[in-house]
Amino acid sequence: MLRWLLKRVGQILPTLLILSVLIFALQQLMPGDPAVILAGEERGDAQVLAEIRAELMLDRPVWQQYLAWLGRVLVGDFGFSWRIRMPVAQLILEKLPVTLQLGLMAFVIAVIIGVPAGVISAVWRDKPADWAANGLALAGISMPNFWLGIMMILLFSVQLGWLPPSGYVSLAEDWRQSLATTIMPAFVLGTGIAGVLMRHTRAAMLSALSQDYVRTARAKGVAPAWVILRHALRNALIPVVTLGTIELGRLLAGAVLTEQIFTIPGFGKLIVDAVFNRDYPVVQGVVLATALIFVLLSLLADLLYMAINPRLRTS
Amino acid sequence: MSATLASPRFQSPGWRAARRFARHRLAMAGLLVVVAFVLAALLAPWIAPYDPIATSWTRIRKPPSELYWFGTDENGRDVFSRVLWGARASLMAGVISVLAACCFGVPFGLLAGMAGGWVDAVVSRIADAMLSVPFLILAIALAAFLGPALQNAMLAIAISATPIFVRLARGMALEAKTAEWVDASRAIGNAPAVTAVRHVLPNILPALLVQATLAIAEAIIAEASLSFLGLGQQPPDPSWGSMLNGAQRFLTQAPWMSIYPGMAIFLVVLAFNLVGDGLRDALDPRAEMR
Repeated sequence: MLRWLLKRVGQILPTLLILSVLIFALQQLMPGDPAVILAGEERGDAQVLAEIRAELMLDRPVWQQYLAWLGRVLVGDFGFSWRIRMPVAQLILEKLPVTLQLGLMAFVIAVIIGVPAGVISAVWRDKPADWAANGLALAGISMPNFWLGIMMILLFSVQLGWLPPSGYVSLAEDWRQSLATTIMPAFVLGTGIAGVLMRHTRAAMLSALSQDYVRTARAKGVAPAWVILRHALRNALIPVVTLGTIELGRLLAGAVLTEQIFTIPGFGKLIVDAVFNRDYPVVQGVVLATALIFVLLSLLADLLYMAINPRLRTS
Repeated sequence: MSATLASPRFQSPGWRAARRFARHRLAMAGLLVVVAFVLAALLAPWIAPYDPIATSWTRIRKPPSELYWFGTDENGRDVFSRVLWGARASLMAGVISVLAACCFGVPFGLLAGMAGGWVDAVVSRIADAMLSVPFLILAIALAAFLGPALQNAMLAIAISATPIFVRLARGMALEAKTAEWVDASRAIGNAPAVTAVRHVLPNILPALLVQATLAIAEAIIAEASLSFLGLGQQPPDPSWGSMLNGAQRFLTQAPWMSIYPGMAIFLVVLAFNLVGDGLRDALDPRAEMR
């Protein structure tokens, strides 16, 4: 187990190193001189430009800039926001809990919709229930989630007036208000993932239902519902849990537009605001943090797979 | 994958796949919708009832009517005409960026799979690194650094979609490498590049076609998302994403401004997904047994 973990980490490290080069290289794509952008009104002043260049090491060779940047990243220093004048790492840590709440709620919604829909469509394969579930999954995957968000605001906030159209209240402040402000964005985020989960669950259930142990259980006279839930679903959930963990990482991408629509001050809004303000260190920092979270989640997925699949535990 | 029509008794695999696809009713419906949108995009200058960027003070935010089927926007522009013209930006971004990702990703994937060793290690690690950033976040970051313009958004989407094709081509090349006909090609002294292009590539084409169709669906959503954030098509030129961006401010007064562009995105993405799923079923050799 430990050896496997070390090997896995050994694979991740070069990936992360290359990723750091790519993220650093983003800067080089930028049209124009960052010093000029930063100087703003004082861009004519050569003294100011020289000072900015010296501070950001823009006057050094690119490889020196990269090594210095990497050295700082390794100790958790993701740079300094050009506009908000705060360390990027601190900004990210401040915004992350908001997105985490949204993401977890979305994930719960996705599981509540996706897993039963997948089971139903596998059990009643090629029947109307299967078609309906497949249709819903396809619609969920094809729906641009920012448009779904706008349509939900139109229905539930503008027409019916049930829910606030935007804003965010933290759980600690007022949990009812917090749920009211996050339920729509969480649903929007959850539907896309629900479609993917449904498809995974359906495939896994179909393969589980054709296994010998299911036939044996049926032959023994075990109640059909019990066979489905206890024998087939338990085994089908193994790949679903793994794939679901990776989907959690995709929630971060969905959160970008969803938070923008519902003006929720989370991780996604942070990157959008940074893009608008041309606050490049924040954009870089958010991309880096997302990649780290994603890599950790896929490691966690592998660990979960080991933990819940008894067949892998002995080897 | 040449479809031979000559003899009714002999049917090439491509022809059989085409027939299976034609019997797939949902996939055909998807194809029909895709064709309709492509026609709308191509014929927009002739079929759009109004100039998509001509503003008018007298017809600001008019609800849908016989004159303006989808209503008008905050500058008095006809939403229906803008949706038709917007199909150009969306389809172009979807198709061109995925084609570019294919053209760039597949050769690298084939190279990695065929060559193995350190070449494979380097190419695969770069692809892994890019895949560890969610597609949309990578595209947003790239578009942000490249600057706001439709071409840059397309480039950003193309780069973000490339690693998927690298990984797909690499996997298929690894699988094909062990096949006997590839051994045979190598044994008669064909250069590795010839083997890759003549004997490996044709075998991965079906899987590529499926992946590319599904990737177009994702690229269209990505373009709409980037334009929604102001990183794609620039005003006043219409794109479904940028139309939604402007529309959100008038959700209470003019909901039609939000409804139709979003519906267009949903429909065209749904259609591409249906076609992709249909192609996957039709091209799956195992389906022959059924």
